Amino acid sequence: MSQALLVLEDGRVFHGDSYGAEGKTLGEVVFATGMTGYQETLTDPSYAGQIVVQTSPHIGNTGVNTRDEESSKVWVEGYVVRDPSRIVSNFRSEGSLPDELRKYGVVGISGIDTRALTRHLRTAGSMRGGVFSGVASKLPLEDLIAEVRAAVKMKGLSLSDVVSTSESYTVSPVGDRVGKVAIVDLGIKKSTIEHMASRGLEVEIYPASVNAAELLAANPDAVFYSNGPGDPEAAAAQVEVLKKVLDARIPFFGICFGNQLLGRALGFETYKLPFGHRGINQPVLDRKTGKVEVTAHNHGFAVKVDGGPEAQSPAGYGRVAVSHVSLNDDCVEGLECLDIPAFSVQYHPEAAAGPHDSNYLFDRLVELIKTNKAAK
Amino acid sequence: MPKRSDINSVLVIGSGPIVIGQACEFDYSGTQACRVLRAEGIRVILVNSNPATIMTDPDFADATYIEPITPEVIESIIIKEKPDAILPTLGGQTALNAAMALHDLGILEKYNVELIGAKVDAIKKGEDRQIFKQLVLDAGADVAKSVICSTLDECLAAVGELGYPLMVQPSFTMGGLGSGFAHDEEELRRICESGLQASPVTQVLLSESILGWKEYELELMRDTNDNCVVVCSIENVDPVGVHTGDSITVAPALTLTDREYQNLRDISIDIIRAVGVDTGGCNIQFAVDPTNGRVVVIEMNPRVSRSSALASKATGFPIAKIAAKLAIGYTLDEIPNDITRVTPASFEPTLDYIVVKVPRFAFEKFPAANNTLTTTMKSVGEAMAIGRNYSQALQKALRSLEKRGSSFHWEGPLGNIAELLEAIKTPTDGRLVQVQQALRAGATAAQVFDSTKIDPWFVDQIVLINEVADDIAKAPSLDTVVIKHAKNHGFSDAQIAQLRGIGEAEVRAIRHALNLRPVFKTVDTCAGEFPAETPYHYSTYEQETEVAPSDRKKVVILGSGPNRIGQGVEFDYSCVHASFALSDAGYETIMINCNPETVSTDYDTSDRLYFEPLTLEDVLEVIHAEQQSGELVGVVVQLGGQTALGLAKGLQDAGIPILGTTPDAIDLAEERGLFSKILEDGDLLAPANGTALNLAEAEVIASRIGYPVLVRPSFVLGGRGMEIVYDQTGIRDYFDRIKDQGIVGPNHPLLVDRFLDDAIEIDIDALFDGETLYVGGVMEHIEEAGIHSGDSSCTLPPITMSDSQIARVREATLKIAQGIGVRGLLNVQFALAADVLYVLEANPRASRTVPFVSKALGITLAKAASLVMVGKTIKSLIADGHLPEKDGTYIPAGAPIAVKEAVLPFKRFATKDGRFVDSLLGPEMRSTGEVMGIDVDFPKAFAKSQSAAGSALPTSGSIFISVSDRDKPQVILPVRRLQQLGYKVLATSGTAAILARHGIEVHVVRKHTDDSSVADGPTIVELITAGKVDVVVNTPSGSSARKDGYEIRAATTAADKAIFTTIAQLSAAIGSFEEVIAGPFAVKSLQDHAHDRAVALAK
Repeated sequence: MSQALLVLEDGRVFHGDSYGAEGKTLGEVVFATGMTGYQETLTDPSYAGQIVVQTSPHIGNTGVNTRDEESSKVWVEGYVVRDPSRIVSNFRSEGSLPDELRKYGVVGISGIDTRALTRHLRTAGSMRGGVFSGVASKLPLEDLIAEVRAAVKMKGLSLSDVVSTSESYTVSPVGDRVGKVAIVDLGIKKSTIEHMASRGLEVEIYPASVNAAELLAANPDAVFYSNGPGDPEAAAAQVEVLKKVLDARIPFFGICFGNQLLGRALGFETYKLPFGHRGINQPVLDRKTGKVEVTAHNHGFAVKVDGGPEAQSPAGYGRVAVSHVSLNDDCVEGLECLDIPAFSVQYHPEAAAGPHDSNYLFDRLVELIKTNKAAK
Repeated sequence: MPKRSDINSVLVIGSGPIVIGQACEFDYSGTQACRVLRAEGIRVILVNSNPATIMTDPDFADATYIEPITPEVIESIIIKEKPDAILPTLGGQTALNAAMALHDLGILEKYNVELIGAKVDAIKKGEDRQIFKQLVLDAGADVAKSVICSTLDECLAAVGELGYPLMVQPSFTMGGLGSGFAHDEEELRRICESGLQASPVTQVLLSESILGWKEYELELMRDTNDNCVVVCSIENVDPVGVHTGDSITVAPALTLTDREYQNLRDISIDIIRAVGVDTGGCNIQFAVDPTNGRVVVIEMNPRVSRSSALASKATGFPIAKIAAKLAIGYTLDEIPNDITRVTPASFEPTLDYIVVKVPRFAFEKFPAANNTLTTTMKSVGEAMAIGRNYSQALQKALRSLEKRGSSFHWEGPLGNIAELLEAIKTPTDGRLVQVQQALRAGATAAQVFDSTKIDPWFVDQIVLINEVADDIAKAPSLDTVVIKHAKNHGFSDAQIAQLRGIGEAEVRAIRHALNLRPVFKTVDTCAGEFPAETPYHYSTYEQETEVAPSDRKKVVILGSGPNRIGQGVEFDYSCVHASFALSDAGYETIMINCNPETVSTDYDTSDRLYFEPLTLEDVLEVIHAEQQSGELVGVVVQLGGQTALGLAKGLQDAGIPILGTTPDAIDLAEERGLFSKILEDGDLLAPANGTALNLAEAEVIASRIGYPVLVRPSFVLGGRGMEIVYDQTGIRDYFDRIKDQGIVGPNHPLLVDRFLDDAIEIDIDALFDGETLYVGGVMEHIEEAGIHSGDSSCTLPPITMSDSQIARVREATLKIAQGIGVRGLLNVQFALAADVLYVLEANPRASRTVPFVSKALGITLAKAASLVMVGKTIKSLIADGHLPEKDGTYIPAGAPIAVKEAVLPFKRFATKDGRFVDSLLGPEMRSTGEVMGIDVDFPKAFAKSQSAAGSALPTSGSIFISVSDRDKPQVILPVRRLQQLGYKVLATSGTAAILARHGIEVHVVRKHTDDSSVADGPTIVELITAGKVDVVVNTPSGSSARKDGYEIRAATTAADKAIFTTIAQLSAAIGSFEEVIAGPFAVKSLQDHAHDRAVALAK
């Protein structure tokens, strides 16, 4: 095992062993607290541009399998774990995690004090970092730090084009067809598409670069903006498209990045959280029912809505309710437009990885489509 | 929803005595519940028969009833206290059963008392296997397939559906009698034929075998708003077939993909909803087929369980505390997370560490018992350890057991692979070490998996540990890299020393010279996402430590480790009390313990909690870390039983201040020669005795002082290896049996005492500050000397001792306290034979009876002791009200009598051929727990103690008498009286003839060994088995009758009937028979007793 270094932009260095591919990688260092579902994390496009730290010490025990892939590849920029598994033990496994990481050239590091790193990120905030192994780790430390400091910052970064599909495609509904959803792929996960299709929705997936005319020409019963990486502030084009959708009163649903873009389309600001929410144990209050959902989160940005549970859309779309809030830090976790057919959540109802408490939101989408159709 | 306004008083039901399967985890949960409810302004009424618990401390409830947990007694309490509600979900199965009985008898309805925590309907759904099975199927989940068969043909037909191997369980037989696994038709025929015969309803249940499947548990909570959270997932390292309480378990689950885990979570939530647990917790057990992931639900408990205590300690999420809040109306999102203080309880803890729990067994106490682990729980305690990875947590957990041979080792020749692979097919208490030895000898991981079905991931971890051991052994020198590597995988200094062929101290010196010390991380429920406000720490070897600096004076309290026979909740009681008292006195209290069942390991108990093994290495490192962060006053070692005491010398040698009695003084009491000198100086007598290091010496001593002799190894607790030996053959036999146990040797002498026949045994717990002796209480044993004090019932105050005898005991205790130099607690055992007082032994530490004394007399001995240890005088403690003015030797007129009775686990232990082990009492302690009966006089108190211990005296029925010749004269009067009271007397011919001569009408029954050609009718064993005998009096006699005696006692154990194995016990009980006939028990709270005592003392 060769040595590896994790170098942070503030100069802090962790010494460990090389894991996955050897070489160097730069990205925003973030920690994820899920105890299961590393494969879903790795293949979640929202992690593009990020070096992910797993707080759970043992990673790789159950290997990898094609069914649990959330997209066509591993997206993380780098991977930090404490105790990688030496073997694979699960009947579903088709391969080992280190092989998978090497296949996608993901440079990782293992054997470091991941808790110290996590606590550091919690206090100092997410920051840029680099993993250097093999020859790359032999350079003078000052050079490595300089390299990290020269890396691109997540704030202001647009990654939608990187993760989005290049061609549009369609997924057929399962069972009776309820309607058609046009998805703008900003980094969509397989589970989201499956949830929709399994509810009778025909799903058309469009590249992030799709324009409003093209989208509306498809005559969808609803438009959906997926999760995805990057700063929502850098997604002005998609926000403009979304405004057209809202203007056309086509039902809209958004998840994660999609929630942030709805917020921006409604005229609210978005901001970068100090270290984000990345875990599958996050309590979210559904203000309408008063019930708490345990949810999967993966976001570094959030929508800012001042003035209590209900506000006016600064962009003139009427009243907007903050439908869901994080019980941990009161962060906005869902928006519901009261005067137009649009809603979104900041967290992940498709879970994968994570609890299934919020799967019902896909039912809400179906209801919205049905209600809207009936009203026509 | 906020707190319900219609509940102003709640009756909490405790779990009664500590028994296997129901231990002090329910003291932890009940204590939390009481604290929560009182903090909410609710009047708390508590009933629990167990005086050793912390929850029964009168400070934790408004009215504390140490009374038998029976429907009649609870009804009396309801009448007296008029509670609005009863909370039965935190007192184990005992409390749940009591609640169901109250419901079934219409008592709840009659007095309009609501069950909170779980509704009757939900309890029924969770407990009734048939209803539960349907509910699981309705939830879309699966259960193991099963078929009920009444004929052999039906059994053979069922194979088509179930396949081999399958499990056969005869209906309505006890103790798993007649059950087994059939692997082919021949076995099926054999097992089913005998099973059908064994079943009183000629019925067997055949089920598909899930042996060897992976086993998981999920701990859930649900509130009235239907919010559900999974607190913790637990994976059993031992696959299905071993009771989860006997399994090595790990949290979180480590071999599931998210998809599989979420499936278990979904099923769990569906089940908790369907069962209808809506204000509390439950745990659900699953089996997962490792080959295809098929999930089968095994069972659910609609209450707080042993696993919930483990899950609470493993995650920092206090399930019992939250359950109590949910029960009074709160919802999860309204309750703050104690650890972060800013986030709510409606989340799911996430761990950035690994928790391993290992069971502790006591098979050495029951040599005849089969140590194969099955679905019947046999362990008596457990240890938990936290590490940053599995290997570290596992090795820490194994060394926390404090038991020889339970840690991995690399000593001695390699074993035979084939033999080891065969041995590990059977799960036993030592299997994991055998697995490690098999791998060490060269077995492959695949072979081990084939033999054990332990998941390959866990097997590989042991392969890894062996590899690291190899690295340690082969490294050219013990440098930083090697030590860090070893420590990352949990190797102790002792293990490294063994591998390097040097001493443990040397390893420690090298390690410290290299400045390699553990860091301490925090259990924070959130993997570091939020700052933790609660200092709940564990050690690991990494970069960053999280111990916060402090400017308060610190006191470290050493706990008592895993529960075992002889060392259980009683010691936790003392540790917790010390923590409370020292905290009140302004000290920062630091608790070190590794037992997840206890109150001491609740992060709410002490200012700082270290969940660490109680070995010298681990304790020294905690102390070092704390010394870095502030001023350490000293360490309390005298409250945590032999575990803590055993560390005193090592700590002192390392320059750590020991509070209270010094290690040298402790040695005075332990070392026979030095102790004899103290007795001599005080003009005190001990039975003639000597000290032997080997058999030859022991034989010489025994023949000098004369047989019978009592032999006992020094430095052990609970009478381990203690026996009465009657002759030379006996002593040779004794040495033969203990030779591999390491309890007698050059550093561990054997004490040989003349055994005093017909003596009264007396126990005294006292406190000494160097000047004043303060007696907590003088206890008189009901059984004569020779029965271990832990197994003996005793009374407080003594019932046959005169004031002058009590004064002599007090005087002797003072001399011993002065002689030893006690600062703190002292327990002395005396024997009074023919009015001569002998000192049997003295222990300068908290004893098992400290909580009993405290409850019976309202003297908080452990708290006072801890204050004495930090320099307070007894005079000042009396002056400021910590202690009553008159000590426990003062017995005001009208003082109530408290009786302590032991509870024994014989029913858990079967021999290889499936019968119960012998229930005879002896000098080696075997009880797991105790109960207390308190009332105005001895007969009433004793009757209560018997009822609380689960062998209530019957108000009518048959009594069988079979006693040794020696006991025959003493048995006549009691039996005569019993007959007058209306009991039918049965006896075998010999005893019957003598009883008949005394005018007692006796029904003669056939002995078990009687040849059927000379007598007819059922034998006594058959009668007992058929439930036709209500009380058995059997004292052991010569070898000819021994076989009969064993059969009789085993059958009585199986039939759950009252048994007396000493005449002293029977004589004591006669008045109690009269009392149970006279009518129901009167109840009185400890607070009322205290009030009366205060009035009496003031007079």
